[in-house]
Amino acid sequence: MGMTMTQKILADHAGKTEVKAGELIMADLDLVLGNDVTTPVAVKEYIKAGAKDIFDKDKVVIVLDHFTPNKDIKAAEQCVISRKFAKEQEITNFYDVGSMGIEHCLLPEKGLVVPGNAVIGADSHTCTYGALGAFSTGIGSTDMAAGMMKGKTWFKVPAAIKFNLTGKLNKWVSGKDVILHIIGMIGVDGALYKSMEFTGEGLESLSMDDRFTIANMAIEAGGKNGIFDVDEKTLEYIREHAPGKSYKIYKADEDAEYEELYNIDLSEIKPAVAFPHLPENVKTIDEIEDIKIDQVVIGSCTNGRISDLRTAAEIMKGKKVADGVRAIVIPGTRDVQLQAIKEGLAEIFIEAGAVFSTPTCGPCLGGHMGILAKGERAVSTTNRNFVGRMGHPESEVYLAGPAVAAASAVSGKISAPEDC
Amino acid sequence: MIANGRVFKYGDNIDTDVIIPARYLNVSEPAELAAHCMEDIDKDFIKNVKEGDIIVAGKNFGCGSSREHAPIAIKKAGISVVIAKTYARIFYRNAINIGLAIMECDEAVDGIDDGDMVTVDFDTGIIKNQTKNQIYKGQSFPPFIQDIIKSGGLLPYMSTL
Repeated sequence: MGMTMTQKILADHAGKTEVKAGELIMADLDLVLGNDVTTPVAVKEYIKAGAKDIFDKDKVVIVLDHFTPNKDIKAAEQCVISRKFAKEQEITNFYDVGSMGIEHCLLPEKGLVVPGNAVIGADSHTCTYGALGAFSTGIGSTDMAAGMMKGKTWFKVPAAIKFNLTGKLNKWVSGKDVILHIIGMIGVDGALYKSMEFTGEGLESLSMDDRFTIANMAIEAGGKNGIFDVDEKTLEYIREHAPGKSYKIYKADEDAEYEELYNIDLSEIKPAVAFPHLPENVKTIDEIEDIKIDQVVIGSCTNGRISDLRTAAEIMKGKKVADGVRAIVIPGTRDVQLQAIKEGLAEIFIEAGAVFSTPTCGPCLGGHMGILAKGERAVSTTNRNFVGRMGHPESEVYLAGPAVAAASAVSGKISAPEDC
Repeated sequence: MIANGRVFKYGDNIDTDVIIPARYLNVSEPAELAAHCMEDIDKDFIKNVKEGDIIVAGKNFGCGSSREHAPIAIKKAGISVVIAKTYARIFYRNAINIGLAIMECDEAVDGIDDGDMVTVDFDTGIIKNQTKNQIYKGQSFPPFIQDIIKSGGLLPYMSTL
């Protein structure tokens, strides 16, 4: 029986020639990641277990991105735990304020993940790196501690769903609309425990940023991971960000088994919005009546990359944020921030009346930098619209891509990019 | 091992943001986390929950963020076992890794109502609804996962490898 991309990577990392869906394996890891929220819990477990040196100081990454620059005393104290551990363990890839970015924007940019890697991260959106043809999945803090200790972890080999992409996205439609469309179609548990494997001739038209966004939200369909076929665009990205680093391209076997197959014509995807309080409550922009908003957030590990900011700036250029709306633009990394400044995007946002922040996860998870009051509504390019996600339990988050978010900031209600 | 307690019943897709809202993740102390467990969908939960009580929920329990603070908060609040139709996979791993008992059983979830008194036998997987006098059969863990639990969690288990 043939294997999927994910199954092949897992087999290789477990030292096996073949694995089957449902099989429990112990696999070697290329990278173990944690952030300022999850690392302190992992460190506590690590110390409790009496573990000494981490398995490889170059293969553990800690990024302080959620509540940084520190939002309060308690958050600051959590960061002290991570900082101290990183220093003691001489962790090479430790990113603090001044070098950090939102972890899932930062790691690919720094060339820390390449095709064929097996990566775990104590953050659910670790599945982002599947865009690079790596197996990458979110785990908890105890898993992170075990991964740091042994450089291994256990996995149940996932069954797979295949998404065969054809066609090309229309103007103002992006990776976010593709993944919202998919989650709307299969539901928030539609890919539970499974890998979502993206392939087909349509890949060619998707930028790496689109692919990162799509893989990023695999978890929002319950997926274990999302993974893309490696093509020339992937390799170009690797040449730029991880020159000289060895990688391995895995292709699914012809006779690989998939539990489901979806054919998606990218040219039919419309700008999409996920209504509160689940990412599966998806409507296309033409189905939406007037919905007034109080805030717009453009950023996060889902949509904080340069092409997202370019799209938003293209729409906001020469316009003003509507009265009564707060627009918050958060670049994913310092490189994205600097690029946005060089290209004049930062100026466009600021002149439009938006704020342009330092990188942070901030409002996405209701941390800081844009918390909603009772009854307030936000359009956000983030990834979750659960109850209380961005603030008060009676506030509402509408998930969208950067084009709809920027258009909504200008018009003051949820709007199509053409209508603002 | 036997669990016995009153049921707090919730619906499908209970996410980790409602189990423990991110605004409280600036701490990692179990007791401080437990104090806010479930508050965005059930503000009386923490007031009413007693040691040994049980959470019953629908499908995809624990979806969303990977925060281990979620099963930690539930466990520290006194919950002895969570029974759901399915779990989001990171929550499933986290619960095993920190020693929060979880079970999957469609029948029990459909049969049990909020406030019912329920007994769970972990060795046999038998779930008994004392209030309604019904019996359901839950699924036990595969042997590999039982080994992790027997070792006292993931780290002690990994140390033996």
